[in-house]
Amino acid sequence: MKLLTLNFLTCAIKTCKTNSASFPLHPRDAELEIVEADVNLPFLKNILPRLMWDELRGICTELGLPELPATPPTPADLIQPSSSTPETTDAAPIAEADEEPSQTAKDLHRVLLETCIQEGKLVCGACEHEYAVKEGVANFLLPGHLV
Amino acid sequence: MLPTPSTCHVCFDRVYEPAEDSYLLLDTLSSGSETAFLQDRFGDATSSPPVVLEVGVGSGVVLAFVAANARTIFGRHDVLTLGTDINSFACKAAAQTVRHAVNEREDGRSVFADVVNGDLASAIRPRSIDMFVFNPPYVPAELPDLSRHETYNTMPEGKKATSFEQDSYLLELSYAGGADGMVVTNRMLAQIPGILSADRGIAYVLLCAQNKPDIVKQRIREWGPGWMAETVGSSGKKAGWEKLVIVRIWRSLK
Repeated sequence: MKLLTLNFLTCAIKTCKTNSASFPLHPRDAELEIVEADVNLPFLKNILPRLMWDELRGICTELGLPELPATPPTPADLIQPSSSTPETTDAAPIAEADEEPSQTAKDLHRVLLETCIQEGKLVCGACEHEYAVKEGVANFLLPGHLV
Repeated sequence: MLPTPSTCHVCFDRVYEPAEDSYLLLDTLSSGSETAFLQDRFGDATSSPPVVLEVGVGSGVVLAFVAANARTIFGRHDVLTLGTDINSFACKAAAQTVRHAVNEREDGRSVFADVVNGDLASAIRPRSIDMFVFNPPYVPAELPDLSRHETYNTMPEGKKATSFEQDSYLLELSYAGGADGMVVTNRMLAQIPGILSADRGIAYVLLCAQNKPDIVKQRIREWGPGWMAETVGSSGKKAGWEKLVIVRIWRSLK
């Protein structure tokens, strides 16, 4: 499962929902795999406000991944500055379709969408319940769901 | 007409096979009136990407359709799709369906997150979903005995195939809805206000005639000020109990 998915998950135990420690879930004993995917630059630019950045940074640290910057990048940081000098100064602005991802965008893409937990556990910071990840699929079923 | 995602890799002995209900969801989500509504709500290309959650993805045909046709449906391709299913075999099959449908596109590929194994949306972070889709087990039939779930949710130790009993159990999960076919749907409806984003969240839920859709819609409108519920798609036999409807649930932005 992709690290981005952790931005949308929390402990499945009802009483944990109101406890801020139930988000994010903390990977433990994780086996990571890189699964390459296309960079979707508009997505990366627009998802920034939805990312819980500090939590994401914490997860990267826990997984031993390269440290993310203390503050999230801006959308402009994700666009590669154009290398070719425009012939005229009044050239039309670069269309969005022509924008190229910067190294910052590629790094963010690698963390969010290419770094996958194949095996391991996700642990709630509040109740310490462990959810297993097997073959890339996280299992959030609780004994209480199955009665 | 938009193409239906391929599900030819899915083992329909233990994962729900796309049927009339699935196709009604595809037709409704891509109808002119729904795409106009969704583009009005989500079409601002600089707003945050619509996050789509489908609960009970089964083969993944509906989520894959949304992922592959994001531009037609939302007017943008920076859409994120996420799914859950109680059946772990469905989780794996659906993830493959969505990945394949997105990769078939030559450009404008949307972003697929994962399908996680869980009970409804119990593991979803509150207020994080913009569009929710649910094709429930809606048939009035006794719920399967969930005490067998842990055993039946994985391939039997040392075996390469599931048993007939295991397959039957897993398929029952996909259609049996208890009294009025509403036991699972009622549990899901109770979670919807908590998972939808406060400003623009919207849900599509399929019901059959025996679920008493008019009563369900009225109950949703009583959730509180601004909650709306309207039938936005329907099909099936006019007189038979199988007549299906799609109900759109949302909060008026005004």
